[in-house]
Amino acid sequence: MSDAIIESGNVAAAMAVQLARAEVIAAYPITPQTPVTEKLSELITSGEMDAEYVAVESEHSAMAVCIGAASAGVRPFTATSSNGLLYMSEQLHWAAGARLPIVMCVVNRGIGAPWSVWNDHQDAISQRDAGWIQIFAKDHQEIVDSTLKAFRLAELTHIPVMVNYDGYYLSHTYMPFETPEPEQVDAFLPTFEYKHALNPERPESLNTVTLPDARRDVKSIQRGGYMDLRHNLHEEMRLAIKVWQEIDQEFQKVCGRGGAPIIDPYRCDDADFVVVAMGSLANQFRDVVDRLRDDGLKVGVLALQIYRPFPNSIIAEALQSAKHVMVYEKGLSYGYQGALYGDIKSALYPYPSRPCLHNFIVGLGGRGIPTESLFQTVKTACVQDEQMSPAQADEPRWIGLQL
Amino acid sequence: MPDPRFKILTSASTSGPGDAGRTGSWRVERPVIDMDRCIPAKTGKHACHLCWLYCPDNVVSKDLEPTIDLEYCKGCGICAQECPAQAIEMIPDADFIKGADRE
Ligand code: SF4
Ligand code: SF4
Repeated sequence: MSDAIIESGNVAAAMAVQLARAEVIAAYPITPQTPVTEKLSELITSGEMDAEYVAVESEHSAMAVCIGAASAGVRPFTATSSNGLLYMSEQLHWAAGARLPIVMCVVNRGIGAPWSVWNDHQDAISQRDAGWIQIFAKDHQEIVDSTLKAFRLAELTHIPVMVNYDGYYLSHTYMPFETPEPEQVDAFLPTFEYKHALNPERPESLNTVTLPDARRDVKSIQRGGYMDLRHNLHEEMRLAIKVWQEIDQEFQKVCGRGGAPIIDPYRCDDADFVVVAMGSLANQFRDVVDRLRDDGLKVGVLALQIYRPFPNSIIAEALQSAKHVMVYEKGLSYGYQGALYGDIKSALYPYPSRPCLHNFIVGLGGRGIPTESLFQTVKTACVQDEQMSPAQADEPRWIGLQL
Repeated sequence: MPDPRFKILTSASTSGPGDAGRTGSWRVERPVIDMDRCIPAKTGKHACHLCWLYCPDNVVSKDLEPTIDLEYCKGCGICAQECPAQAIEMIPDADFIKGADRE
């Protein structure tokens, strides 16, 4: 284990990618992701990292190069943000459907129009149904650890993994973190092997028009049709929740860190009021929780570490003793409500205890999220017994509007 | 190495008849070879075989008298178009069904 390093979140990500021995880096610069790829290109140029850097002309091409590299059995990495992620979208679906183990860091940023370079989660949320696993890191140490674990997860499940971390809040701030020794990573992350790697000895056409029905191939082996392939992607993504937990345990043995791969509850044990959030916002809430506890309120914060596959039963069970659950988020399903709120609500539906739910939208396009306003809104929700109709209670409340 | 609990289905096909499913069901017209015109059949020598080469479904045999696997021949007519001896005629499949009815 290294001594504590003090660096930016983007450099933390690049160091993890170096340790993971990624072999092909294809990326197009976009704020606030740019320093990750700059750092990686420096490491490659200086010979500290044995990889090929492919300078592409767009994010769509970046993902296409990663698809090609993974198909050839080579470990790829890319990173992007915001509109760059959207420009990749078609290839994201392709990578997932082709079951390619690709790891990508998404440095979360608001989507244009109107143009914004500041943080929110709408980029990741908009791609939540692409068939990618989506991890959210809360701090620099989690960027390092999640990125390393993401390579293992992608390669075991053959499902691509997005490691999300907040633009600026994490990407450009400096925090201490540790990195494992290269030998430790090598023991944890074996050489990349792609099950369907291209092989000139065995020529195949991959992912061409796939019929609605299953078929017998030339060797009379039953081959799934489109729906069967998609079914297995879904089922195996569900199974990935368990695999992510197992990987976390392996990682703990090697590096001594981890233990909260799915949810990371803080002072939730006896909490009547539980805040749920993703990314750095969940860590910001720890201060809020401490202050509310000082005021005698039984409040906790539960960080959601993985958004897709959605750990619905784990979350619902963790919220069974809460009376009120407050979902704070930086992304929404326009025309409805917060995407995470909607997911949590549906996760709770089959369970006997359904706490009162509250939805708060914060920080879109980098709108400041003063800890004081989080403190006040949670406190108000805790102490006021507002009389609202079910329809009113289900509407998201926007924090910090300046209208 | 992938986890053994995962099947990791992908769509892949190798060249050969039937690898795209029962494409014979798509057929509207059926290729019929006139062996009196077909070069290998007429000369008794392995020559030409352009129908074998061009067939996108790989369903024409490379025999002196070429045969077509109608289970998978999709009726595209490429063989008829490529045949240098105009030995292949595309005949509506319906004619054969009518013929069957008459029997
Ligand atoms: S292309 Fe025509 S001539 Fe040549 S082998 Fe086929 S049927 Fe015979
Ligand atoms: S029509 Fe001819 S080329 Fe087309 S699939 Fe049938 S045999 Fe092959």
